[in-house]
This record gives sequence, C-alpha cells and structure tokens, in this order.
Amino acid sequence: MKTVMQGNELTLFLSGDIDHHSARAIRETADGLVQEKHPHVLKLNFADVGFMDSSGIGLIMGRYRTMQLYGGMLRVTGVPDELRRIMELSGINALDVLEGGKGNEYS
Amino acid sequence: MNILNETTITLDSRSCNEAYARGAVAMFISSLDPTVSEISDIKTAVSEAVTNCVVHAYRDNVGKIRINVRILPENTVYIRITDKGCGINDVKKAMEPLFTTAPGEERAGLGFAVMQSFCDAVSVRSTPGKGTSVTLRKKLSLRCHNV
Repeated sequence: MKTVMQGNELTLFLSGDIDHHSARAIRETADGLVQEKHPHVLKLNFADVGFMDSSGIGLIMGRYRTMQLYGGMLRVTGVPDELRRIMELSGINALDVLEGGKGNEYS
Repeated sequence: MNILNETTITLDSRSCNEAYARGAVAMFISSLDPTVSEISDIKTAVSEAVTNCVVHAYRDNVGKIRINVRILPENTVYIRITDKGCGINDVKKAMEPLFTTAPGEERAGLGFAVMQSFCDAVSVRSTPGKGTSVTLRKKLSLRCHNV
C-alpha cells in the first residue's frame, strides 16, 4: 500500500476490499509503520476502497486505540459515498476522526 | 414459497473465501438489475454472515458454509447462510450491537447490526453444538426498462 510521511503525519492509502481476510495484513502493516515512524497523526485514506464490512470498522477502532495509547491522533479521510453508511452505523463519526471530502491527497 | 430462481454453493470456512461468497451472491442476483447501493448492501450483509461462520462458528477449524440464494416474486432476494459449527448459546445477546465473543481480534461486534440495517429482515436459528442458520431478505426496487 502507498504510504506518505509528511512531518509527523503518516498517511496510508488503503485500496481494494477491506474485510476480515484483508484487515489482518493492513493492521500489521499499519502497526509496524506506526512503531517505526512514530507519527503524531495517522491518516487512513479510503478513497480507493471499493468495499468494506464491519471488519474495516474494527480496523479503524484498533488503530484509534493504538494512536490514543501513543498520545497521537487518528484521521479517516477520503471516504467514498458507498462506505458512509457503514461508518455512520458504527458511530465512528462520534469519535471525531472523520475528515470530509473524498479525494486522493497525494501532495 | 414461489421460487423463481435458486442456487446453492458450499465453501470452506476460510477467510480467503469471503470475497468469493460476496461475489457469487452479487453475480447471481444481478439478473434483478439491482442498483449499485443494493448490490453493496447485499454484499456487505453476506460478508458479515460468512465472516461470522469463519470467525465464530468454526473458530480454529475449517468447516463448510452453505449459501442458498433464492429469487422470489416482487424482486425479493432470500439468502440463507448455514454452518455446522459451534452454534450460538444466546442469539439475542449475540445480536446486540457491539457484543462480541472475540474482542482480541479487533471484531467490532457489528455483524448482525449491519445485516439488520442493510436488509429488510434477518432471522437467526441456532442449536449450540450443531450449527447456525442466518436468513436475510431484501426486496429490491423495481426497475423500469424501455422495451
């Protein structure tokens, strides 16, 4: 997966399907990078994610807890319209991690 | 039940088959010309049910998951996901949002909540030690076509 480190902000560009099967590898990569680079902000960009079930919610929650433990922040960006419903159902918006707009922020 | 079309597939309870299950069901119901949202809703609900079989029903073993899909009149889709796994002791508790028996694996406990939100009806039957059957029903919108 494409990753960009800018200052103390690490962005992971997720893609494809996020389900129980793919979530494990994403989790391991994300946790490894966070441990290695110690970002203050971890951004998960969902612009290229075509499908997500509640395993993706578990993935987000797990990263949220990890960043909290490190005293950092999690941001969820680029959420496509199709994924908004499951995000809202999970109450993730109440955690104040969702950033509006959908786009590939490569700059 | 007036069944207009039907398929049944059996797959191993391996996580790599979760995508296959979603795709197979989506492809079968495509004859109803569902909207993008409807396909997404059904794929997500199926994914939740199948994941429950992989993660909970069979735990560290591999068993069979049977998915039966029926096209019923009035553009209605009926999907039954059955396993012969450990079963659910307390179905009502299991269906409570955020309740999970696998918290260490980053499970959100939202599988049934998603199924209920994305489908018109969800019913669960289970016998501990024998297996579980989850039934989803969703009526798709009627699409008008120029003949």
